Amino acid sequence: MKEDSLLEMRGIYKSFPGVKALQNVDFTLRKGEIHALMGENGAGKSTLIKVLTGVHVKDEGDISLQGKGKVNIHSPQDAQKNGISTVYQEITLCPNLSVAENIYIARGKGGLVSWRGMNKKAQKLLDSLGIAVKATQQLASCSIAVQQMVAIARAVDMDCSVLILDEPTSSLDESEVAKLFVLMRQLKERGVGIIFVTHFLDQVYEVCDRITVLRDGQLVGEYEIENLPRIQLVSKMLGKELDDMADIKGEAQPEIDKSSTPVYAAEGLSSSEGIGPYNFEIRAGEVNGFTGLLGSGRSESVRAIFGADKVTGGKVKIDGKDVKITKPRQAMAHGIAYLPEDRKRDGIVGDLSVRDNIILALQVKTGFFKPFSKAKATEFAEEYIKLLDIKTASVNTPIKSLSGGNQQKVILARWLLTHPKYLILDEPTRGIDIGTKTDIQKLVLKLASEGMCVTFISSETDEMLRTCSRLLVMRDRKLVGELTGDQLTQAAVMNTIAGGEKNAE
Amino acid sequence: MPSKNKAVPPKTPLWARITKHQIIIPIAALLALALFNLIADPSFFRIELKENSAGNMILSGNLISIIDSGSELAILALGMTLVTAASGGQDISVGAAIAISGSVMLRVLCGNNSHPTSLQAPIIVALLVACLVSMAFGAFNGALVAFFKIQPMVATLILFTAGRSIAAWINNNELPIVSDETFSYFGNNIPGIPIPTPFLIAIVCFIVTWLFMKFTNISLYVQSVGVNEKTSRLNGLNPEFIKLMTYVLLGLCVAIAAFIKVSRISTINYSVVAKDIEMDAILAVALGGNALSGGKFSMSASVLGAYVIQFLTTTLYKFEVKATALPAYKAVVVIALVVLSAPTVREKLSQLSKKFRKKAPAAKAA
Amino acid sequence: MKMKKILAVLSTAALCTAMFAACGDTSSSGGSAASGGAAGGSDGPIKVGIINNDPNESGYRTANDKDLQEAFSSANGFDAKFAYSMKNDEQIAAAQKFIQDEVDYLLISAADTAGWDSVLKDAQAAGVSVILFDRTIDASEDLYEASIVSDMAKEGTTAVEWLKGQNLDSYKVIHIQGVMGSAAQKGRSQALTDAAAADSGKWEIVAEQTGEWNAEKAQQIVQSVIDSKKEFNVIYAENDDMAKGAVAALDKAGISHGVGKDVIVMGFDCNKWALQELLDQNWNYDGQCNPFQSSYIKDVIDKLEKGEKLEQKTIIMDEKGFDATTITKEDVDKYGIG
Repeated sequence: MKEDSLLEMRGIYKSFPGVKALQNVDFTLRKGEIHALMGENGAGKSTLIKVLTGVHVKDEGDISLQGKGKVNIHSPQDAQKNGISTVYQEITLCPNLSVAENIYIARGKGGLVSWRGMNKKAQKLLDSLGIAVKATQQLASCSIAVQQMVAIARAVDMDCSVLILDEPTSSLDESEVAKLFVLMRQLKERGVGIIFVTHFLDQVYEVCDRITVLRDGQLVGEYEIENLPRIQLVSKMLGKELDDMADIKGEAQPEIDKSSTPVYAAEGLSSSEGIGPYNFEIRAGEVNGFTGLLGSGRSESVRAIFGADKVTGGKVKIDGKDVKITKPRQAMAHGIAYLPEDRKRDGIVGDLSVRDNIILALQVKTGFFKPFSKAKATEFAEEYIKLLDIKTASVNTPIKSLSGGNQQKVILARWLLTHPKYLILDEPTRGIDIGTKTDIQKLVLKLASEGMCVTFISSETDEMLRTCSRLLVMRDRKLVGELTGDQLTQAAVMNTIAGGEKNAE
Repeated sequence: MPSKNKAVPPKTPLWARITKHQIIIPIAALLALALFNLIADPSFFRIELKENSAGNMILSGNLISIIDSGSELAILALGMTLVTAASGGQDISVGAAIAISGSVMLRVLCGNNSHPTSLQAPIIVALLVACLVSMAFGAFNGALVAFFKIQPMVATLILFTAGRSIAAWINNNELPIVSDETFSYFGNNIPGIPIPTPFLIAIVCFIVTWLFMKFTNISLYVQSVGVNEKTSRLNGLNPEFIKLMTYVLLGLCVAIAAFIKVSRISTINYSVVAKDIEMDAILAVALGGNALSGGKFSMSASVLGAYVIQFLTTTLYKFEVKATALPAYKAVVVIALVVLSAPTVREKLSQLSKKFRKKAPAAKAA
Repeated sequence: MKMKKILAVLSTAALCTAMFAACGDTSSSGGSAASGGAAGGSDGPIKVGIINNDPNESGYRTANDKDLQEAFSSANGFDAKFAYSMKNDEQIAAAQKFIQDEVDYLLISAADTAGWDSVLKDAQAAGVSVILFDRTIDASEDLYEASIVSDMAKEGTTAVEWLKGQNLDSYKVIHIQGVMGSAAQKGRSQALTDAAAADSGKWEIVAEQTGEWNAEKAQQIVQSVIDSKKEFNVIYAENDDMAKGAVAALDKAGISHGVGKDVIVMGFDCNKWALQELLDQNWNYDGQCNPFQSSYIKDVIDKLEKGEKLEQKTIIMDEKGFDATTITKEDVDKYGIG
């Protein structure tokens, strides 16, 4: 082992039935280093982390830790004992317990607990890390960002030497990300080695020292951040030279005929989630987006369109004819499709196979007494597995065993299969690798050019700027602005969101 | 999008597919019981064609007893599987519901007289009325679970408690007896057919269920609702209606099971008929490897689970286990089965078998 | 949403209470006095607390309950409350409640013979007179005023004597028992067990299982014996329902039963339909278990009210057994229950 290496993984192999997840992968983490682990979906990042933390047992290879030599990690407890702590993308704490309880849970030495002592200790820890929350507060009442930081505090308190952060910033806004980075730098000073797994390029370049790139289960290389410009990083991840993504909208978008009947038009639409009333129209071939800060009501607006929440008022017209849309079934019957934001809760049917998940919506549309034959269903599924390049062992695999990004693709496939007139996508690219992100954006534009209307919501404004011809800006559950044509710039969006007050940008 | 070169996965042989499927649990249990009996007393499996007191040739033997007595349980298992899958809970009122259904049939067939000399109404009418009544009670349970979001075991507790009293009230606390020969055919034997009729009725139910699952989306809908209700709703399904439907269908199963029960001895005693059958029905579903918390299910596995329980009961009777000790033996066997079928145990077993297989070729090579 | 849940629970609770009330109504009758002499005490109706087994348990119990309901009606000067259970602890709890309600008389037909000591003592302390009926309790005699019971043991011996009188070369008996521990089961079983032990050369108990008063279970038990190819020529079923189940199994196997046939069938309780089977010569014997204790009880209460002393504490009801070869239609009408 090298002098300043905290962790060395050498020659790691791991496979699952039908999939070789890792082949001869090496990874090194140094003391006081923030090291990014990057790769597309299916590259093996998750698996490598799980092998390191004992969730999976490696088939071959060695893991060595500073001061301990070769170690065998067979369970999460082993990993913890060896000073490896993980904070996962989806918060794995107990929302019904308090912050202090969450920090100390399952670490008890002995049966009796002094609550006051625990709370005091917890508060000290939180203060030392600059996390502004009371130790006695219930975790569920804290924002996701704070919950994440509590998870990190727990890890830190356990005297970890290696801290793994798996997609910690997916649900955070800019200020929260900044706070997180402050915390990370603090830990770096203390000598903790941080493995930062993320999709966000900007963040990697802001806070990391080194990058390891994986592709298709194999190691591409380890680089120092100064020596690797972005474009090179992306091309290494994809294994090819990539066109400059910023110009994806190079082709002229066909002009939308403003006088044509809108495919969907709503007047005074409001829902029980506190949305509206608002007016909205979309025409064939148009791609529009809803943007705004987290919690501004973007998702709720489109849910009201689909009837996913209880609709409390408003008139809706499809192709000029009055219709009633208060339930998803009705929306589907009128050719509307909706890809939800929370794929785990609203999107996937976990135990069912990929095939069943893909045909579900179309099957419901077709009717109770007309089930597809297994052959037909498999045909549908395979068509879209090919089209969207979904990585799965077979059509029969339960969807819950797919990676997040592939799950997302399955849900997208489900709605595309229904050949909708109007497709609503809420965060379709969340958790998806860069290559597929681009593909999805291209797909959206292609569908629009074929006459479909698309509503696209994403927290990455530049994604929306690239694909949408019209942006609706929301603030505090109200529609506050509409941007088209030349107004479609980052600055204009920020200004409209902020609403007159100039934010330091 | 470039599509990666995908190798076509090799076709898994049937036996491998079965071992991975949950149906292996009841199959293994049946094999174990059969093996046990084979070793203890091979005459257990003897089947004979004998003449019964009405002069008809019928089959008899322990195996026949099993498929005969297990009919009601197997039919109930059909409905209970759907209820469990969709609502993640169980209906514990089926025993009391059978009492009600049977009493309704007796009421229709006997009128106000306890011991009429002839049928007061055609058998088919009695069956239809009983079906409607059972399905109505099923809808009552289903409404409580689906619309009032009450936990299934709690909701069905109402009928569990009040059901037998309702059954008693239907016939004014009396125990009417049907005296019609054709009626008794359904619970015993139809002249000329050596196979017991309850088994034939069960077969018909299985076939109807299979057709229903093949020609409608019931399986997909129920599983979807059971696994993730929110997602199901966003895909256009109506989870409340689907849950309600499963309870109504269970009500239909109850009516058919009650029909068989009444027909066996042309009467029922509402306080003891089908006592504890709800526990056996739930057990059958669990023995079939279905998750009692809902979601994916295998109907055939549940049915096999029902016959496992009946097999066990008949085996214990044969060995003259005291009826008071019977539940204890049953519990031991069931615990053993449930533990062996637990995912952690199955994983360990498959790991062991992998190791064994690795050693074997190594030994061969050596 | 929570409000909805509370409303739902309340409405279903109300529904249940309504259902129970409706069911209860049919059996409570304001029927005219079946037995003579209104027994009304000088200061208002006599309060009586009656603890019985579930009237649904068997035809015997239904007749017994009906008899009591008619006898202790308000027209006859009684304020009677009934509590039903087949469970020991529930009966004891009901008794405690009646004592608290200050009944004058507590009538008990115990599901289980044990566990009543403290209740009886409490009753005595509160000045409540206890009268046992139908079944005995394991307690010292001075804890109750009177007990009007069937002598179950006598029922058993009467039956077994009759069986011995059949003069068979050998007795191979399938013994189908009632709920274990109940007085009826204990008495009826004991006689058979004693006979078999006394003459083990001639007597053999081929199978002994409890059918728990249930026809279905009895059928499965007999079916199992038939399948195991064991020989038998007597079915001793401790109640009519179980005898019926046993006969169903015999019919299925084509085994003849009844007078002059291969298997002797014996039952207990004397349900009308069972006596009819005797008359039709399908069964051989039925032992009577007299459910009509109310007249005896009323006599006792009368005497106690007048302050008289009782001649005997334990009044054993007259019971006999019926033989299929000697039974008449009048017997069926007179003695048949239900």
